[in-house]
Amino acid sequence: MGALTLTNVTKSFGSTDVIKGVDLQVEHGEFCVFVGPSGCGKSTLLRMIAGLEDVTGGDVMIDGERVNDRAPAKREIAMVFQSYALYPHLDVRANMGLALKQAGVARDEIRAMTDKAAGMLSLDALMDRRPAELSGGQRQRVAIGRAIVRRPKLFLFDEPLSNLDAALRVQTRIEIARLHRELGATMVYVTHDQVEAMTLADRIVVLRAGRVEQVGAPMDLYKDPANTFVAGFIGSPQMNFLKGAALGMRSETVGLRPEHLRPDNDGPISGSVSHVEKLGGETLVYVTTEAHGLLTLRLFGEHDYDVDSVLRLGFDAARAFHFGADGLRLRD
Amino acid sequence: MSIARNQGTLTRSIAAHAALLTWTVIALFPVFVIVINSVKSRRVIFADPLALPTAETFDLVGYQTVLAQGDFLLYFTNSMIVTMASLFFVLLFGAMAAFALSEYRFRGNLLMGLYLALGIMIPIRLGTVAILQMMVATGLVNTRTALVLVYTAQGLPLAIFILSEFMRNVSSDLKNAGRIDGLSEYTIFFRLVLPLVRPAMATVAVFTLIPIWNDLWFPLILAPGESVKTITLGSQVFIGQFVTNWNAVLAALSLAIVPVLVLYLIFSRHLIRGITAGAVK
Repeated sequence: MGALTLTNVTKSFGSTDVIKGVDLQVEHGEFCVFVGPSGCGKSTLLRMIAGLEDVTGGDVMIDGERVNDRAPAKREIAMVFQSYALYPHLDVRANMGLALKQAGVARDEIRAMTDKAAGMLSLDALMDRRPAELSGGQRQRVAIGRAIVRRPKLFLFDEPLSNLDAALRVQTRIEIARLHRELGATMVYVTHDQVEAMTLADRIVVLRAGRVEQVGAPMDLYKDPANTFVAGFIGSPQMNFLKGAALGMRSETVGLRPEHLRPDNDGPISGSVSHVEKLGGETLVYVTTEAHGLLTLRLFGEHDYDVDSVLRLGFDAARAFHFGADGLRLRD
Repeated sequence: MSIARNQGTLTRSIAAHAALLTWTVIALFPVFVIVINSVKSRRVIFADPLALPTAETFDLVGYQTVLAQGDFLLYFTNSMIVTMASLFFVLLFGAMAAFALSEYRFRGNLLMGLYLALGIMIPIRLGTVAILQMMVATGLVNTRTALVLVYTAQGLPLAIFILSEFMRNVSSDLKNAGRIDGLSEYTIFFRLVLPLVRPAMATVAVFTLIPIWNDLWFPLILAPGESVKTITLGSQVFIGQFVTNWNAVLAALSLAIVPVLVLYLIFSRHLIRGITAGAVK
């Protein structure tokens, strides 16, 4: 029995179906990331697991118990929000200890547990401050601390890094990964950022328009996408989609990762360079082609191309993904 | 270039201040006339109403009359009780209704909101006769309770309207965090949401407070009894059909300004103070 099981879960607001039947099993200790474009229903699904939204149909089971009609506080979960959602009138210690206080835990014990969580997140020096006196990164650490203190069966993260700046985002991401290892807890994490998904997840759930498109380990999704949506969503820069007919192939669409395209004077694709981005370690070359539109080319090291110069591209046929007219992967 | 722009803003700021100052003078003029005349002798009030009191014309006879009249303190207390009680109920029930309307999805939510806001457009005085009949039927005539009930009803629509707009802006993450931590809906309302909408509460308090304190209509109709008179009604004893004791009337009115002013100053401090900063984002 998994830590979290969703069975044909649906959600409708009036006549609009937001979640259209999701089946999912998350194992104990697993880090599961829901990823998808905005409006795909990933946050709604998380809020349904938390009990903040009613479930229209299907079952939500946490640790083998059906929790559809159970109040959020009784589900033994903890949630970290994008906007931190710290209690403005309480200091850091009280913020972290509030859930335990509500549950009737003794004061000494609360103190011990908050101190322990503070130690893990190096918040010791900040325990008597109010949220208003903390920086963004510190606030989010307090919010994570508040979740840890409860020792929940399930951690829920709702885009926790979206309000942080780039450097802090990487740092906090590493911190969350470390906590997951140390606590061995089950975590469900929602993000629209596929980099976060790839770096944190044991398993990624790709959602689109209220449906699960594909579930799998990050590298499985990267190497073996089920359809054009997953292929395009996972991986950065995005996969190139070429027209099969123009390449003399029988599939409708041919998917090629930017790193699998290469300059090749005898290559089958011809276009003109429209822009070059040098990132130091790698160079991204954008090539406009008549047959396939804009293609991205990723080259390692530093390369120079004149804008508007003509470039022929080739690729390794074994690396190409083939998709049918319906967007689904064609496998031989 | 930047100098020209500075001059532009300077001219605009002078124009804005001139308009505001003019408005302030117009608004304060009647208050000013009441206050200066309340400390002048009767003859000078009529001879030269706009003159400032001088050493010869200075006379506190109005205040002496008012304070000598033993009931004045009682009227004052009545006004205070009625205003504070009404204000308390308007804020409490208004905030609760606003929270329900903004926070919960239920059938008829929008209609209920419209119904509650309708009171802003329909003056409660249109229902005076019906209200009087109800008060007679329930035996509440000549009680302060009657006034508190009417004023609470009168203040609620605007309070709900303003507060529900503000409560919609309170971070839903914060409320949800409270729910996950096991706080009851009442705790979420009183401890998390109310402190964050305090500026809005102060605004509503000021808008509710002033018309209640100044009202003459309902005290006159529902509670004209000697023991429950409010100060605005009490001041009327000095206005007779044939003789009006202007010194006393003006002195009573000047005194009546003080508590409202004090309450306004208390609430306006909260108007400015915002504690949302740092709570979310």
